[in-house]
Amino acid sequence: MTMRRVISALVHDRPGVLNRVASMFRRRGFNIASLTVGHSERPEFSRMTIVVDNVPETALYQVTSQLFNVVDVVEVMDITDDDYVARETALIKVRATRETRGQIVEILDLFRGAEVISVSPYSVIIEITGPTEQVESLLALLEPYTILELMRTGLVALTKDDTAPQDGAWRGPTLVGAQSHRN
Amino acid sequence: MSDRMLAGGELVCEALQAEGVDLVFGVPGGAILPFYDHILKYPSIHHVLTRHEQGAAHAADGYARATGRVGVCIATSGPGAINLAVGLGTSFMDSTPIVAITGQVTRPAIGKDAFQETDVTGVTIPVTKHNYLVMNASDIPRVMKEAFHIARSARPGPVLVDIPRDVLQEIGEYSGYPQSVDDLPGFRPITHPDPDQVQGAADLINAAERPVILAGRGVLLSGAEPELKDLAERAQIPVIPTLLGIGSFPGNHYLHLSLMGMHGSAFANFVANEADLLINIGSRFDDRIIGRVADFAPHAKIVHFNIDRSSIHQNIFAHAPVVGDAKNSLQALLPLIRQTTRPQWLSRVDDLRREHPLIVRDFDGKPSTQYIIKRIHELTDGKAFIVTGVGQHQMWAAQHYVTDRPNSFITSGGLGTMGYEVPAALGAQMGRPTEQVWSICGDAGFQMTLQELATIRDEKAPVKFAIMNNRHHGMVRQWQTLFYNKRYSQIDTTGPDFVKLAEAYGMPGIRVDDIKDVDSAIKQAQDHDGPVIVEFMVEIDELVYPMIPAGQSVNEMVEDPWMDQQPTGTARR
Repeated sequence: MTMRRVISALVHDRPGVLNRVASMFRRRGFNIASLTVGHSERPEFSRMTIVVDNVPETALYQVTSQLFNVVDVVEVMDITDDDYVARETALIKVRATRETRGQIVEILDLFRGAEVISVSPYSVIIEITGPTEQVESLLALLEPYTILELMRTGLVALTKDDTAPQDGAWRGPTLVGAQSHRN
Repeated sequence: MSDRMLAGGELVCEALQAEGVDLVFGVPGGAILPFYDHILKYPSIHHVLTRHEQGAAHAADGYARATGRVGVCIATSGPGAINLAVGLGTSFMDSTPIVAITGQVTRPAIGKDAFQETDVTGVTIPVTKHNYLVMNASDIPRVMKEAFHIARSARPGPVLVDIPRDVLQEIGEYSGYPQSVDDLPGFRPITHPDPDQVQGAADLINAAERPVILAGRGVLLSGAEPELKDLAERAQIPVIPTLLGIGSFPGNHYLHLSLMGMHGSAFANFVANEADLLINIGSRFDDRIIGRVADFAPHAKIVHFNIDRSSIHQNIFAHAPVVGDAKNSLQALLPLIRQTTRPQWLSRVDDLRREHPLIVRDFDGKPSTQYIIKRIHELTDGKAFIVTGVGQHQMWAAQHYVTDRPNSFITSGGLGTMGYEVPAALGAQMGRPTEQVWSICGDAGFQMTLQELATIRDEKAPVKFAIMNNRHHGMVRQWQTLFYNKRYSQIDTTGPDFVKLAEAYGMPGIRVDDIKDVDSAIKQAQDHDGPVIVEFMVEIDELVYPMIPAGQSVNEMVEDPWMDQQPTGTARR
């Protein structure tokens, strides 16, 4: 079963912080599906959304708590089981000739938040912003036209609760059924 | 106080002075030169020139463990800094507070593959709690304040401060050393436990019939020895120290058991195996303790006290985790614990202790390592500070040097760093000048850092070295004997004539190969007021028992077969 976990972290905006965070995943051999980082609501901090696949809960408990031990990391939340919104943007360069351009635009009409942002004689660049599933289904529909180049931002996510997170907040996975870890 | 203009190197010295540092270990070099120029003006800081940066890091570690203070080591850029790394890794694994200061190439040269340039903050991320690259001299006071704070708080560990040469020379305003750490929102140690977690632990402890405590270094680091003793006595719970927890509970106490795990005592392993509750206080459940996870303490629920949340559930799932400082946690726990007696469980523990004692072998007139350690123990009344290397002698020292003195047993547990024993003994001795420090070494590990004998001579540190010379990597040989069908590969470590080596370094050397000379050699070393090397010629074929092979359980434990060959009751306990 594919287990996708979404972790939100608030980190200092300083050189080397990305390295420290990535290091935590690297030393356990976990592949990061996506990691996005950008300015947060506070100028001295950046917010990261980290997505990992197929990481056992006990291991993820370790990684999130070790991540929390990184001095430059101020807050770590596993928001997978929370009520949250998540979006990613993809730029897709698709082969498009005079004959196929119209068909491609027709496909885009089926999607919210998808549009052509650049047109060349033999290709178009499409921008789509939405949940991962929506991006993937658009990609599936465009596949027959030949995707020349693809750039995805990875997921950005925010929980829907109406409080600001506190410095020093940490929440890892709940370790349901972890007793089997030993027995 | 009005602002003063000081160079970066002076700001480092000011910080050391303000932190009360009076002893540092280091090796100079190009990038760190401005610091070494300024330290001449600070006579209150004694600088010990080790012969290798690894020695500086281990010496700082030995000093820190023996004194409970932050150890400081210093190196130059590139090779100097990387040479510190094994020492930082040792301190990181064993939670020793260290501040390491390294020179870096000048700011304009960074990233240009300059002479002696290494990305030191990059290299040391995995072996430090935190590190800094300081790009402005005016940041030095804040960074140093934070470095000391991080090193000694929560689960202690090493913090490295990398300072480019031109920053050490840059003049900055100095308005005094910061009084407090104001800007570390990402460093919030959980010192006081959640009351619900403490209640959860208390409920399990009060309900247990056959509890046992596993006491780790966290007890020593938080000074929770009195609370541990209270808990053990109030609820009548036997205590197994970890290798790094030796001294956290009085070794002569009737509830004290020996170590458990791979080379722990058989009785402690049996006790853990029969227990219905295992209370880990300040240890991370090292794999050398647990062996095969599925068979570890199979009947026990687990209570786990640890200040580092990432140690909880790491190797063993905890039914009742308590995150917090050991002393605070035990203080919160004690009022909730019912006073009780457990005659049945304790008599079962005593039976196991009697039936499966730790033994000391004889070898027809040749001293065994066990015997020598036993005699050092007896002739020092168990009061010496013991520093060990890594391997067979380390395990025997842990088994037989029973002590009731906190922080007096100093060994590289987590990283298992051979060569630790020589410089760490220097650091421990300099931190505890009035104590007798014995460095129990193997010949192989000793040869890894013996250049520090010169430092020991220069500092007149009266360390007593007991080299257990079997001319081999003894523990590697043991594994090759037991698990590689005696295919011995690259284990002959025959060294120099250690007596002549001692003389070359200006200290007496004594060689012992007869059991009847053991006592006189130990006493001679004790009576000499400087450093001494005693070389004990010991058997190559000695194996450390009991042994639980890696990844196995108490069911596969091998006890010393020698015991069964002796007439009943003659094996020495």
